[in-house]
Amino acid sequence: MDFLDEFPTMDRQELRELKKAIDLGFRNFSRAYGDALETFFEPLLYFMVWLEKLLIITPWPIIILVMGGLAWLGARSLLAVAGTVASFFVIGYFGMWEDTMATLAIISVATLICIVAGIPLGIWMAKSDRVQTVITPVLDVMQTIPSFVYLIPVVMLLGIGKVPGLLAVCIYAIPPIVRLTNLGIRLVDKEVLEAADAFGANYRQKLFDVQVPLALPNIFAGVNQTIMMSLAMVVIASMIGVRGLGVPVLRAISNQYLALGLMNGLAIVALAIIFDRISQNFGKRLQKHREGGHDV
Amino acid sequence: MSEIKVKITDLYKIFGANPASMISHVRNGTSKQTLLDEHGHVLGLNDVNLDIPAGEIQVIMGLSGSGKSTLIRHFNRLIEPTAGEIIVDGRNVIEMDKNELRDFRRFRASMVFQKFALLPHRTVTDNVAYGLIIQSSTKEEVHERSQKWIDRVGLTGFESYYPAQLSGGMQQRVGLARALATDAEILLMDEAFSALDPLIREEMQDVLIGLQEELKKTIVFITHDLDEALRIGDRIAILRDGTIVQTGSPQDIILNPADDYVTDFTKNINRGRVLQVAAIMEDETPETGPKIERNMVIEDALQVLSKAEATTAIVTHNAKPVGSVDLNTIIAALTRPDDGSGRTGSYT
Repeated sequence: MDFLDEFPTMDRQELRELKKAIDLGFRNFSRAYGDALETFFEPLLYFMVWLEKLLIITPWPIIILVMGGLAWLGARSLLAVAGTVASFFVIGYFGMWEDTMATLAIISVATLICIVAGIPLGIWMAKSDRVQTVITPVLDVMQTIPSFVYLIPVVMLLGIGKVPGLLAVCIYAIPPIVRLTNLGIRLVDKEVLEAADAFGANYRQKLFDVQVPLALPNIFAGVNQTIMMSLAMVVIASMIGVRGLGVPVLRAISNQYLALGLMNGLAIVALAIIFDRISQNFGKRLQKHREGGHDV
Repeated sequence: MSEIKVKITDLYKIFGANPASMISHVRNGTSKQTLLDEHGHVLGLNDVNLDIPAGEIQVIMGLSGSGKSTLIRHFNRLIEPTAGEIIVDGRNVIEMDKNELRDFRRFRASMVFQKFALLPHRTVTDNVAYGLIIQSSTKEEVHERSQKWIDRVGLTGFESYYPAQLSGGMQQRVGLARALATDAEILLMDEAFSALDPLIREEMQDVLIGLQEELKKTIVFITHDLDEALRIGDRIAILRDGTIVQTGSPQDIILNPADDYVTDFTKNINRGRVLQVAAIMEDETPETGPKIERNMVIEDALQVLSKAEATTAIVTHNAKPVGSVDLNTIIAALTRPDDGSGRTGSYT
């Protein structure tokens, strides 16, 4: 009856050997390629440092003006502008200005990377069912695996710092934009696509004149989700050395500083709401042309 | 008859896992139903042969599922045939390579769609210019030609509207202008007016007839509506289960329906407005009587006779008398071929 009572497990010794082998293998890999990878990511690091410095050095009134301007461009509503400006005033007044700028820098760079890598990937997925069946489970893993788990190999490879933090954020934040680009392009009206074919459009013309423009509302929903998810990673990224609003939150957790945690947490929420409203309204404005009541 | 612009020979289309292996079954006379039941393949087109003369409107008519939309998509190979040839100006479209086919679609055959298929994010002007931009015409040319066709289809003043802001009829005018702007000699119209309400549909038919008088394009027009087919078609082909059951002029189709299927179709149309005097006239010319041009429809001929209080009219062609027609012949032609269940005074 032993067999039924106890699950047949691998021999302890063997299991330990297996784990050891994996660890060793990865350690050797990171020893061999860690430096090369670090060099590869160096431009990214410089860009991030530069952006962070720029945001911090720039006098605060200019930043507030720029943010207000962005809110106006995106949402075209005075309420959004007023909310944005007010939030930044409060953030600055409570002494969180520099951390907020650092957070802005990392989510901007992360979003940028996600867009640059994610949209082409989504387009590729939309083009081929086989690519879709391969990439979809990978995206599922990226979204569901606990972030701490992939922090381990990232830190082993690249150490502690901005670049591994950025990678961690991107791994978590890129799936929605890939998925929604794929979905948006697959949802493009087959008849419009057929018309493009009938007029002799080539692949590039179909992609840029028909598929991408018609998928834009979905792609934009993806950008919005990507921004939201990269903000959600701010605290975890701060554990591996990314500066920003996550650092004080982490400190608040380990020391039970309620007020500190709350304030910085709310600053993250404020950023999230601002970017969400701006990007959502911008996305909605992109489909203005669909209004008119004669949709066929 | 004028020269043949498009010649379709032995065209087959079979949908399914392995269409090529089914072609011999179909050639040996396996029916659509048997092919589906025993081999799991759908017979789309079955041995279609059709000669389309240049400069005429060829209507292809059939009910849904008859394969008419499948057939029109073979002209520019939006659908690949399983077997057969489509010769346009001596060149087999089926054998064209990718680039040749692309140029064929860009310059020689344009298409109008049932659901318009306009680009929703582009204005009327940009939609009309679409084919021209793909042809990579110069900027001035694009502007000039798209404006010309916008004016011709009666959309002047709506240039900066988006499709969703226009009514269905207006949207299809955009679709028509887009197709005409490329200057292709062949115009493929896939149920182009079927989505419009009856009044607008007639209006669009008039627009098309008016343009065609001047443009003399080779038009392939798909419809399920016999009235529409009779109104605009120079020639009509009737499609059933992927096979052409009859081709001919509108007069032919009505006077000599090839089988019960066609008879069923023609039963309910207003013969008085379709049949022309020429189809029923007799050869000897009487001395006196009102004059009727030979292509006048018999409904109008009746009116002429009743106004003149005559029973026999002289049929003329270019003002020269060519025959005669009398009241009784006209009335006989007006009545439907009897199917036994004719409406005998009951209104149920």
